Amino acid sequence: MSASVLFDAPGPKAKVRNRIYSVVGTAAVLGLLVWVVLRLNEKGEFEGALWDIFNYSGIRDNIFEALLATLKAFAFAGVLSLVFAVVLCVGRLSDHRPVRWASVIFIDLFRSIPLLITIFALWVGIVGDMTPFWALVLGLSIYNGCVQAEVLRAGINAVPKGQREAAYALGLNKTQVMTSVLFPQAVRSMLPTIISQLVVTLKDTSLGFMILYPELLYSARLIANNTPVNGSYPFVQTVVVVGAIYIALCMALSSLATWIEKRGRRAKTGIVVAAAAEPTEAPGVLDTTTQLGPSVAVEPAAGAAPEAGAGSSDGGSGRPGDDSTGSVGKSN
Amino acid sequence: MNVLTDNLSLFREGFIGTVELTVVSGIIAMVLGVIIAAFRVSPVPPLRVFGTAWVNILRNTPLTLLFLVAFFILPKILFPDMDSFVLGVVALGFYTSSFVAEALRSGINTVPMGQAEAARAIGMSFTQVMRVVVLPQATRAVIAPMGSIFIALTKNSAIAGGFDNVDLFNVTKTLSNDGYDITMIFVWVTLAYLIITYAINGAFRLLEHRMEVAR
Repeated sequence: MSASVLFDAPGPKAKVRNRIYSVVGTAAVLGLLVWVVLRLNEKGEFEGALWDIFNYSGIRDNIFEALLATLKAFAFAGVLSLVFAVVLCVGRLSDHRPVRWASVIFIDLFRSIPLLITIFALWVGIVGDMTPFWALVLGLSIYNGCVQAEVLRAGINAVPKGQREAAYALGLNKTQVMTSVLFPQAVRSMLPTIISQLVVTLKDTSLGFMILYPELLYSARLIANNTPVNGSYPFVQTVVVVGAIYIALCMALSSLATWIEKRGRRAKTGIVVAAAAEPTEAPGVLDTTTQLGPSVAVEPAAGAAPEAGAGSSDGGSGRPGDDSTGSVGKSN
Repeated sequence: MNVLTDNLSLFREGFIGTVELTVVSGIIAMVLGVIIAAFRVSPVPPLRVFGTAWVNILRNTPLTLLFLVAFFILPKILFPDMDSFVLGVVALGFYTSSFVAEALRSGINTVPMGQAEAARAIGMSFTQVMRVVVLPQATRAVIAPMGSIFIALTKNSAIAGGFDNVDLFNVTKTLSNDGYDITMIFVWVTLAYLIITYAINGAFRLLEHRMEVAR
């Protein structure tokens, strides 16, 4: 428990009080858990037979195939969204006004439509007949591509202006400046945020549930519906198993993002690494039309701005609990 | 064009449904989020662990899975015969509460340590430090991310439409089943979402300007 803005290091009285709160708090949390467990037990959800279904090879194969389907959609969507992101980001930073405008409108439009609606519209046939797989992948790629494009742009804008100027002064053309100076640094500084957005992409593959793409969640529901054990359906059990798979996958990716963030903070490259927080849309995003210039200053990621600032300029005054956004245990 | 004029009442219902879902689950998310954030920064270890677990589990769970839990497990096990609106709002509110809690926590973390130390040094009590020094600055830092969270919540509420709630997504589904052209439906529904998100955006902008503090 390091120092906090909120309270001083506890004295003897506060220590006693904190201990009392600890006991009461633990009791309350445990009590809640026990109540849920008892309630589940009452309904017979802990019967062995209900959990035994996961020992059948058929069901295991089902879950495994569904997991593969989820990962396949994620892989396609992840790669495609990054490709879209680069294209949109380059368009957004273009010197040609029509290209810039088109990218801005595209990005803002698809960021403000719920992803589910985009996916559904693609599936029902806004452009030809699509299989659920491609509707899902395309929808995910468009939406996340727009978000990642903004992330990349923020990264490029965060590269110190002198670097670009020096590169131009050396006689490099715009393409060279972009590919050899700006993009590498932008990617490096934004890697944690990019990975955090990939976590969102992974989570959102579960929207395939709505358009009957046989991913993990859809299969879980099928399994629960189709294997009645003594007249009851194993919803709790499948949700526990499938939920554990999702949480494990997402947490692995999130902790990769956090790890890269910490590693980047340690390295003395001079590149400020953004927080491993998912870039929720900054409120300014909806009216970017008023500030179309290519040199718009954008905070790296929503909520991460103060930390990024503290990290670069006055690194000495950085507080111990600086890992405010994405980190897991160690914070306090 | 006549998709809208033919089905004006349906569109209105869907629009109101989306707004209701957003507002009610926003309130739940705020209340829960404040409690969890308080847990996470409290000096009591078990509460901190609980808060951390809450945030990490909910943030790493797909919202659709939470909806599945809410619609297939909650009514069966804990409280039977719950309204689908209540269930949807619970799923959305719980999910969003984890993001609210994180935003609040990082908002508190933006207040420099020295400020609180100075306040204590001149003899302010805990309540005074909070009321005069820490919370005003933390609030200011939190408004912009909060706006983003509520805009994301609006968009997430579409999933509730896939689970028996009447909202804009539900309207999209119904009308496309009725054989209307999906492109036109898409255009109108998009417009409706833009209205809601612009309103939230504007409100938070206003709030941001009013609560501006020099730092």
